[in-house]
Amino acid sequence: MSAVAQADPAAPAGSAHPLSHRRPLGDRLFAILAAAAGVLVLVILALIAASTSQQASSWFSTEGWSVFSVDWNPGTNSFGAMSYVYGTVITAAIAIILAVPVSLAIALLLTEVVPRRWAQPIVYVIDLLAVVPSVVWGLWGILVFAPWLQHIYASIASGLTGIPVLDSLFGAPVSGASFFTAGIILAFMITPIVTSLSREVIATVPAIDKEGAYALGATRWEMITGAVWPHSQGGIVGAVMLGLGRAMGETIAVALVIGASPVITSHLFAAGYSMPAVIANQFGEASGEFRSALIGLGVLLFVITIAINLVARGVVERSSRRKRGA
Amino acid sequence: MTAATGQPAVDLREPAGWRRVKNQVATTAMWVAFAAVLVPLGFVLYTVISKGASAISWTFLTGGPIPPNVLPAGTGGMGPAVIGTLEITGLAAVMAVPLGILGAIYVNEYGGNRLLARVVRFMADVMTGVPSIVMGLFIFSIWVLHFGYSGLAGAFALGCLMLPVVIRSTEEMLKLVPNALREGSYALGATKARVTLTVVLPAAIAGTVSGSLLAIARAAGETAPLLFTILTVTSTNANVFSGANTALSAQIFANATQPYLGAQSRAWGAALTLIAIAFILLIVARFVTARFTRFSS
Repeated sequence: MSAVAQADPAAPAGSAHPLSHRRPLGDRLFAILAAAAGVLVLVILALIAASTSQQASSWFSTEGWSVFSVDWNPGTNSFGAMSYVYGTVITAAIAIILAVPVSLAIALLLTEVVPRRWAQPIVYVIDLLAVVPSVVWGLWGILVFAPWLQHIYASIASGLTGIPVLDSLFGAPVSGASFFTAGIILAFMITPIVTSLSREVIATVPAIDKEGAYALGATRWEMITGAVWPHSQGGIVGAVMLGLGRAMGETIAVALVIGASPVITSHLFAAGYSMPAVIANQFGEASGEFRSALIGLGVLLFVITIAINLVARGVVERSSRRKRGA
Repeated sequence: MTAATGQPAVDLREPAGWRRVKNQVATTAMWVAFAAVLVPLGFVLYTVISKGASAISWTFLTGGPIPPNVLPAGTGGMGPAVIGTLEITGLAAVMAVPLGILGAIYVNEYGGNRLLARVVRFMADVMTGVPSIVMGLFIFSIWVLHFGYSGLAGAFALGCLMLPVVIRSTEEMLKLVPNALREGSYALGATKARVTLTVVLPAAIAGTVSGSLLAIARAAGETAPLLFTILTVTSTNANVFSGANTALSAQIFANATQPYLGAQSRAWGAALTLIAIAFILLIVARFVTARFTRFSS
């Protein structure tokens, strides 16, 4: 806020502005009000960090490094978070692997293939995906999608029995509600944001680069790999990371379709658990140390997603600034 | 594209067969990718509409209290949850939208290139990535532990989610307002606050309103931040400022995993209601953008 006071052109007696003696009180109040609203963002972020860590401190102090053990048992007051961390990472990884090629393809479709007046309806459809609430994805996932997937999982698993690596990834045990089902649902949910960010990045590729590629006789695909990709690589990495952050923090849809079973297994078709899902499912009956542990999981989640977002936003911002400068 | 344009001296024939094939495969793959999101989206909407429509009636939307899981479909209603969603989301909007617009005004009109403004802009972007469940835990730690569960606590959590979205979308709109407008009103002797409130903001109002409506639509569907702040109950609580409350999203979550068909039917009905609310906001936002936009990129 000191920055605002500094900006007041009438503050020093330098009489650089002979027409205005002082800015009226209302004007200065409004400037302060606006600055306060801006600073509120920083205050909220700081308060999130402070208040949740304070609530979780007893978990971190009693467990020490065993917060990362696999033993989670409210009955014996031991709360190791490893199987939830594992589930969060696995489901987010599946979501990214499925969503990124699809999102990039749609972004290229919108920017390089369809004419402008067709692009808008496609954008509306992608935006609809973003407006479907998480809990509705979860409801559909558990009551319609998972039972259907279970048959597919079962036939894939029986087909792969005995094949070394594939069997341990996609073999039995299978469950409709599983890591993989959660990954697919997450992929649907992060596609809109990855698509729209990649589209923004791709739109900054200078027309002259693209026309140059065409002039050399490139096909559209060669133009994309030769002119669009090198130019937008950095920004797309940022977009993917932001999608990853979303996937890791997504709660309700995952809580409904992941199967609620805290295990560490290579079997992607088996039921699992994730950090946000366990918080949502168990918080109601938790108190004392148990509650502290669940809030602690939230702190871990906050730290991970903030770190991912800081890096990703930095990458996106730097690449877009470089593009504008070029 | 690269088709021959009738200059006989230069070889401008179509590229070799395999290059053309590769190009066509890539284009097809892009359309397939679009279909890969279109089909599930259509499937979800179809399921929600077909299953939800049979559950929805006037008494479902307004009646109450919400019956226990074991009761069959057609008893009681989701009235308390409809009221809860509207009042909690409405209160969140009343808090977050004006603050978000003010924040955007600071970032774009007052902050300029100053360090604080750049930090606020960057951190608002980062804040949009904070998981909604963390917002719920935050409000639980800072408010619910001291003042108890209430609709207000839920509105705080939703407001925290909406704030950075409103800031960033409003800022994008303020950026589009031409500087000549600002300079013209300064030349007439207006103060900065007056220029901002009576010239710049009205010029950007369409985008600001539609951006805020989109943020509200997203917030209305949030569940995770409400679980720890409103303590899902089954009867109407018209007082949003105190006492446990309920919401459509929380009711869907509570009913989704029940084996009882009545509970599942109520979940589908609530899902259709929630999607309808979100889509109405989305359509109004599109209408405002299409009808009232003065400056666009």
